Amino acid sequence: MSVELRPATPGRNRTGPKRTAPRGASGRGWRVRLARLDMRVSPYLFISPFYVIFLIFGAFPLVFTIWVSLHDWELASGLRDFIGLGNYRELLGDEAFWRSVVNTIGIFFLSTVPQLLLALWVANLLNRRLRASTFYRIGIVAPMVTSTAAVAIVFGQLFARDYGMVNWLLGQIGVDPIDWQASRGWSWVAISAMVDWRWTGYNALIYLAAMQAIPKDLYEAAAIDGASRLRQFWQITVPMLRPTIIFTVIISTIGGLQLFTEPVLFGSGRMDGGPVHQYQTVTMYMFDNAFRSDHYGYGAAIAWMLFLMIIVFSLLNFLFVRRAGGGR
Amino acid sequence: MRATTRRVPGGRGLRAGLAAVLAGILAAVSACGGGDDNEPSDGTIELTVDVFGEFGYEQLYKQYEASHPNIKIRQRKVAELDQYKPRLQQWMATGKGAGDVVALEEGILPTYMQQPDRFVNLFDYGAASLEQNFLPWKWKMGLTPDGKKLVGLGTDIAPMVMCYRKDLFKKAGLPTDRDEVSKLWPDWNSFLETGKKFQAKVPQTKWLDGPAAIWRTLVSQEGGKTVGYTYFDTSNNLVFDKNPAVKTAFDTTLRFQTEGLTANMRIFTPEWQTALKRDTFATLPCPAWMLGGIEEFSGNYGKGKWDLAALPGGAGVWGGSWLAVPKQSKHPKEAAELAKFLTSPQGQLAAFKDKNTFPSSPQAQKDPAVTGKTNPYFGDAPIGKIFSEMAAAVKPIHLGPKNEDVREDVEDVLLGVGQGQIKASDAWNRAVEAAAKAAR
Repeated sequence: MSVELRPATPGRNRTGPKRTAPRGASGRGWRVRLARLDMRVSPYLFISPFYVIFLIFGAFPLVFTIWVSLHDWELASGLRDFIGLGNYRELLGDEAFWRSVVNTIGIFFLSTVPQLLLALWVANLLNRRLRASTFYRIGIVAPMVTSTAAVAIVFGQLFARDYGMVNWLLGQIGVDPIDWQASRGWSWVAISAMVDWRWTGYNALIYLAAMQAIPKDLYEAAAIDGASRLRQFWQITVPMLRPTIIFTVIISTIGGLQLFTEPVLFGSGRMDGGPVHQYQTVTMYMFDNAFRSDHYGYGAAIAWMLFLMIIVFSLLNFLFVRRAGGGR
Repeated sequence: MRATTRRVPGGRGLRAGLAAVLAGILAAVSACGGGDDNEPSDGTIELTVDVFGEFGYEQLYKQYEASHPNIKIRQRKVAELDQYKPRLQQWMATGKGAGDVVALEEGILPTYMQQPDRFVNLFDYGAASLEQNFLPWKWKMGLTPDGKKLVGLGTDIAPMVMCYRKDLFKKAGLPTDRDEVSKLWPDWNSFLETGKKFQAKVPQTKWLDGPAAIWRTLVSQEGGKTVGYTYFDTSNNLVFDKNPAVKTAFDTTLRFQTEGLTANMRIFTPEWQTALKRDTFATLPCPAWMLGGIEEFSGNYGKGKWDLAALPGGAGVWGGSWLAVPKQSKHPKEAAELAKFLTSPQGQLAAFKDKNTFPSSPQAQKDPAVTGKTNPYFGDAPIGKIFSEMAAAVKPIHLGPKNEDVREDVEDVLLGVGQGQIKASDAWNRAVEAAAKAAR
């Protein structure tokens, strides 16, 4: 018995009985080492396809953008002058850049605050027992699958200066027509309306999913205690949704600061955001510099400034939402 | 023992995993490097032609392939110029990927004229004898300032006329016949005065659609009349605030804005498209390609209402292209021959017949197919004759590499004035600033 067992311990292989020798002492050792390596390495290998692709198409461009941002980089003329932080220095004093930052933040607030409140309200409504609830639930995400070209046409018609429907409605109640494109504030409102139309449903769906996970007995207990629906909403639903709300706020911050499609569509595909750049966002300014004016270095610097802005804003929002929730 | 034996299949798993990863990398890498270097081995030469929109060359390729059996032509067409421009930039910057023949549009030509070394000098391939095949200004724009290198051969051009609404003119008590209308505005000042008269009679309609077209036209007219350049002098220094031609053009355009004579629109925006189905504006500066746009957007509503007259202040062009052969082409000689063929008077005429691209060759313009061309939507106006006359009167101007950026950003200032965002008294300073920034 003991003789039989001996070969089982790999370390003793070499000194083992002769009949195991034909399989090769080194062969065994190789397998063992391979097995160990396998245990350590193969999980990484299995997840590596994503990371390899990410390295090539995600991380490399990111790092390369830093490199580009340190240059006076033009594509057409082939200019590649290393200027260190020159682009960033110029950017800090660039009035047009700061105007685009103000525009972005302005549109962000105008769109995100009503959007999330509206989404919460819609989700709450959909969370009740409704007839054809699936229909409504699909309905709220329909804007997301609508083609952007169609969105552009419809909103272009709604917010047109001369023959737009919104101005026509305003005319019915005796309000003078608004030049939605020309005025800074009104153009923000129009763009925010487009953003909210597209994204409220998405957030509502996330809230709805989270709401369904709230145990029903909490509501039952509250109802027995005589809490009204409104009170139940504020005292049970909202606190239980806090992690979800933080998530949507962060996601909306990232999306809102990168706002691009809607203002571009509003400006009929132009990157200047109106004649005095009244609704040019940071991403549009970046695009304008890099691809229209062929200042790729400057565009890359704007991209990195935007990245920093998003981090700062996400942190601020995170702290703000957590603090606001923690007070209760 | 059990543990080890069980792990042995794991070795196979490891190898399989490795193989999968390698395959993934390989796939990713080969996807990046998908080149166009698939040269046929039987001695035929494949030439790639890069164009945007409609050049009307499809029939010509077939014809050329028939007469040159060793050549195969592949066209890569991008629908929009805006998408074509960055692609071309990348090809030229990286030194690979560009076709053997590439189209250079009016707006991108000046940039590449700064780097003539990236293109084949067409003089080396016998293009010098072709000069009389082109309008002088079109020929000159494809030539380096020292006249030693020919970068591009002209294709189409888009001469400008003034489109106007007969019905609205009648309403305002103005003449409606195109010759009489042309006499109303020998220059921009009389065009402006006519506009004021018009708006006094028909207050709910604006005289013009927007300031962009007149700004662009006035700059080239004034520049052509005086120094021969506009925003940039011949050594490409920004002279926006020093060139009196620019100031004159700006002041004249500004007057249209301060007098409220334009609807402050940009062409092809949804609002502008809607406006063409209403009575929003009475005149519209029309390059040759605009006629199709009016017909499309004004449709049945505008049928029989539009006509065209002369452009105030002389001639103008808006658009048109050149064909060039990048140095990176492996077959420069064959590519140059193809470019010469496509831009020949016969080639231009065939393209005109196919897709209505107006020829830049005087010989092609004299062909009955062009001179006899009328447009039924515009009251059977003899557009072939009118456009040829306009094209012949264009004066060549030197354009700087950032010409388009400056023009567009100053256009924004003019629109801003019309929208009440910029005071007219600040406009010039704002324009100078915008130009300096755009030219940097």
